[in-house]
Amino acid sequence: MLYREAGQFKSSYRSDQAIFPIFQDRIGVIIILLFAFLVIPMISSEYMLRSIFIPFLIFSLAAIGLNILTGYAGQLSLGTAGFMAVGAFAAYNLVIRLEWMNFIVAFAVAGVVAAAVGIVFGLPSLRIKGFYLAVVTLAAQFFIEWLFTAVPWFTNYSSSGVISAPPLIAFGYEFESAQSRYVLTLAIVAVLALLAKNMVRTTTGRAWMAIRDMDIAAEIIGIRPLWTKLQAFAISSFYCGVAGALWAFVYLGTVEPQAFDINRSFEILFMIIIGGLGSILGSFLGAAFIVLLPIALNNAASLFTGSGLPADIVTNFELIIFGLLIIFFLIVEPHGLARLWQIGKEKLRLWPFPY
Amino acid sequence: MNVKQLALGAVAAAVLASPLTAEKVFAAGEQFVPVTLYRTGPYANTGEPLMGGYMDYMRMINARDGGVNGVKLVYEECETGYKPDRMVECYQRLKNQGETGAGMFNPLGTGLTYAVIEDATKDKIPVITIGYGRTDATDGSVWKYVFPLITNYWSQNTAKIKFIGQREGGMENLKGKKIAYVIHDSAYGKETQPVIAEQAKKYGFEVKTFPVAHPGLDQKAVWLQIARQYKPDWVILRGWGVMNQTSIKEAARVGFPRDKIVGVWWSGSEQDTVPAGAAAEGYISANFHGPGTDYPVIQDVLKYVQDAGKGTVDKSEVGTIMYNRGVVYGIVNIEAIRVAQGKFGNKPLTGEQIQWGFEHLDFTPERIAELGATGLVPPFKTSCFDHEGQAPVKFQQWQDGKWVAITDWIETDQAMVRPMVEASAKKYAAEKGITPRNCATEN
Amino acid sequence: MLSIQDFGETTSGLLFYIEVTINGLLSGVLYSLVALGFVLIFKASGVFNFAQGAMVFFAALTAVRLMEMGWSLWLAIPATLAVMIVLAFAIERLVLRPLVNQEAIIIFMATIGLNFFIEGLAQGVWDSEVHPLDIGIPDLPVEALSNATGLFLTQFDLATAAIAGALVIVLAIFFQKTRIGRALRAVADDHQAALSVGIPLQTIWVIVWSVAGLVALVAGLAWGTKLGVQFSVVLVAFKALPVLLIGGFTSVSGAIVGGLIIGAGEKIAEVFYSPFIGGAIENWFPYVLAMIFLLVRPQGLFGEKIIERI
Repeated sequence: MLYREAGQFKSSYRSDQAIFPIFQDRIGVIIILLFAFLVIPMISSEYMLRSIFIPFLIFSLAAIGLNILTGYAGQLSLGTAGFMAVGAFAAYNLVIRLEWMNFIVAFAVAGVVAAAVGIVFGLPSLRIKGFYLAVVTLAAQFFIEWLFTAVPWFTNYSSSGVISAPPLIAFGYEFESAQSRYVLTLAIVAVLALLAKNMVRTTTGRAWMAIRDMDIAAEIIGIRPLWTKLQAFAISSFYCGVAGALWAFVYLGTVEPQAFDINRSFEILFMIIIGGLGSILGSFLGAAFIVLLPIALNNAASLFTGSGLPADIVTNFELIIFGLLIIFFLIVEPHGLARLWQIGKEKLRLWPFPY
Repeated sequence: MNVKQLALGAVAAAVLASPLTAEKVFAAGEQFVPVTLYRTGPYANTGEPLMGGYMDYMRMINARDGGVNGVKLVYEECETGYKPDRMVECYQRLKNQGETGAGMFNPLGTGLTYAVIEDATKDKIPVITIGYGRTDATDGSVWKYVFPLITNYWSQNTAKIKFIGQREGGMENLKGKKIAYVIHDSAYGKETQPVIAEQAKKYGFEVKTFPVAHPGLDQKAVWLQIARQYKPDWVILRGWGVMNQTSIKEAARVGFPRDKIVGVWWSGSEQDTVPAGAAAEGYISANFHGPGTDYPVIQDVLKYVQDAGKGTVDKSEVGTIMYNRGVVYGIVNIEAIRVAQGKFGNKPLTGEQIQWGFEHLDFTPERIAELGATGLVPPFKTSCFDHEGQAPVKFQQWQDGKWVAITDWIETDQAMVRPMVEASAKKYAAEKGITPRNCATEN
Repeated sequence: MLSIQDFGETTSGLLFYIEVTINGLLSGVLYSLVALGFVLIFKASGVFNFAQGAMVFFAALTAVRLMEMGWSLWLAIPATLAVMIVLAFAIERLVLRPLVNQEAIIIFMATIGLNFFIEGLAQGVWDSEVHPLDIGIPDLPVEALSNATGLFLTQFDLATAAIAGALVIVLAIFFQKTRIGRALRAVADDHQAALSVGIPLQTIWVIVWSVAGLVALVAGLAWGTKLGVQFSVVLVAFKALPVLLIGGFTSVSGAIVGGLIIGAGEKIAEVFYSPFIGGAIENWFPYVLAMIFLLVRPQGLFGEKIIERI
């Protein structure tokens, strides 16, 4: 009833090709964006903005990046954090060495650098597939981590190897408050997410999906596998690189290779699997699940610590519950949280009638 | 999948979301001290006893003295898992709790420290890093709210070379000696390289660095190189976590004498030697505090906390290196509150006020004796100019299953370290556009 | 002209090379032990078991805690094995059965949940301290050998190599020659097809996870003796991945050969080549080595040939 698309006729190619062809979806997206841009910064505490919303958005962006590669193009990658590190270090070196450069431009260039690195490590994908490819991307992960530790040039010869990000100043305004940083992150993530949403329905996106579903068949119908795969690697790495730069500059304020270790790569992979492979919305839902759940569990646990339960058992219990919830969600809905939303949409379409 | 399940999911989400906004309420008139620690992950075995000692000390102060000058200490734990992002979350969650907000943070980890320095400076909450953290923050004129107290890595390194000189029968005998520098291949491991290079120049010894890839589960390659090719007179070990015991064991396997290996203090606890078994016998490490239970303050912790069944960790941990380090953390942090109370009155204080306390710490031998910590805490004194305190370093050896102090306090070489600290601080200030405070006019 | 001294130098150089290689091979055996656990489960269910590292940790921790409670090694090992079998039953019932016939990546994700669960369980039930483990085999150089040849090899390394070798032979026979072994391979190919020809899927899964538990226990004891039993033991899983790449995910003997190649390769690279590029290349070198192998043989040295049809 509420969500009925009957009567929404598409009378032009333009309307047929809209990103959100359904009127309710358009309204929904606009409402969510307005809410995120205007209401959240006003009502949220600094704690919510700094330690919940900003990391959530950055992780979502990285998850979109990985989803492009893994969910849409079918190339399993465990090098996500490595590409994020490339973005972070590239942005740092650009800002430090080219002082005239606006940091937003630096983020974009950092993304391009990450894309270039992604292409290099994507080259073996033509020959190596599946889990084997995943482990090859681990080579990227470990090599990049090592490179930034071993070559002091990248850290500007800092004695401690950890570098703090310079202040974020653009157009004469310093993004310092939690609100301004949140809005900055949100703007970047929103633009890139909409771009991604658009991209996956173009020729490019369709080619990725064809490769994912069966690369030999795709090749036969005239899709160039190497070109398509490398394109996926490049665009995915671009997203990860920007996410890495945001992570280092906007969120933590420090850049160190250890922040982009293998666990981060896995974390992002969890997000897209839990959220839904091949879904932009799923990237956001998965990021919410993986970022928020441990914090919520830890918060819940801290309410228990006074009650006489040994703290070490409570802490380990968090891990147990986290693990169980992952398994539970997979059993209930193996295709991820995004699929839940689709099912919900179906129900809404029919509501209040059972069928 | 049906509507019922969807509803179930929505309820579950709501239940999970509610703790995000829940907050503990603390009574008025209490000093809030946040405790960030890690009980999970690869370093859990050091995080637990370390902060256990810290929390037990606070409990002891509450039980024995009824708080600091009548102001009770309250704390809340937050699990960081040794991850900078979780530390930021913990910081934001805890910074405004209690009547006056968090008194100070002890992030436990260099990466974690870096992640909160800027926010803490903005929020005027001191960040205390005892025995780790940002070395150049020793220059308090640039970092007002960061305190790498007691002794930083660079100072420690100078004491280490002095110790090796002692063992060789004089600094002049260091000439022509070879030192292998086995480091964790990370920012932490590499941090002291400029200092040792400087020292090598000064004393005429030779240094070769052997980085070990994280986490250092298998170090055959490195130790074969050391024992068969390089054949050094001494090895300095800058490890962390599982890397340490693997290093000790591999040294034993290639037949390198353990009493020629000097570890940093993060390589010198029971967690590092016990798993190595017999191989650890004779291994030496630096420390900025004493081992064992033979101090009045530790006896008080045993009496008021552990024997009363209120200990946060098992009683067998008391007197271990990590536990004692936690007690030292407690002594130093609480003393800063006490010093600050001397200026601002006996009430819960804000971080900004406690910062003054940290800047005016004076651990004279008399004061240390009053605290019941003679031999446990080294004498040191802080100021606006010096956020470290230039404390001396002790060396300890693993003998028959326990750590034994084998030297008295050895002074560090500040003539060498201080100019390097200032140069690094200056570079940072320029990069960040900070105008250093004028310490001459502050009191 | 070669003087006698030059000759001495060359032999000691050669001897050192041999020593590094042999030590690398022995390290490789330890990697193989962990890799075997992955291979077993991949072979039987086509699933990459992310929780293998956690299982190694859990098994070692259970054994060492039982021993600390006064049990002898020979009592603790079967008891731990029993625990691992119970775990296998639980995993089959609660995780695998509801996910029958799902895509491999979904079950892979479930093993990630399992990984967190086991990590929490291990440290929650026992604790997170470091426990020294002594299984009675000294980890010191065999003197007779070092006196005779100048090579320093420890009894422990040699014993581990022997145990790993025996384990591989037994497992290889199990997979190739027994009914259960054949059934396992059928299950890996297709759940539904296996079910329809009457293979009891659930029993098979319990068996294979139990065997993986046994392998985890052996690996856990070996690594626990080396490192002390502690959380870092789970990280050994990363050492096993390049081994799998070279050996192939489905080959038991491949795991051993892969382990030997990786072990020797990484030690030689680290000792002789890494000083020129900054050192500590052990983390990524094995992956690059594996990648080179894969470019030649995309399914690993011993992996089953991938046949693709449309």
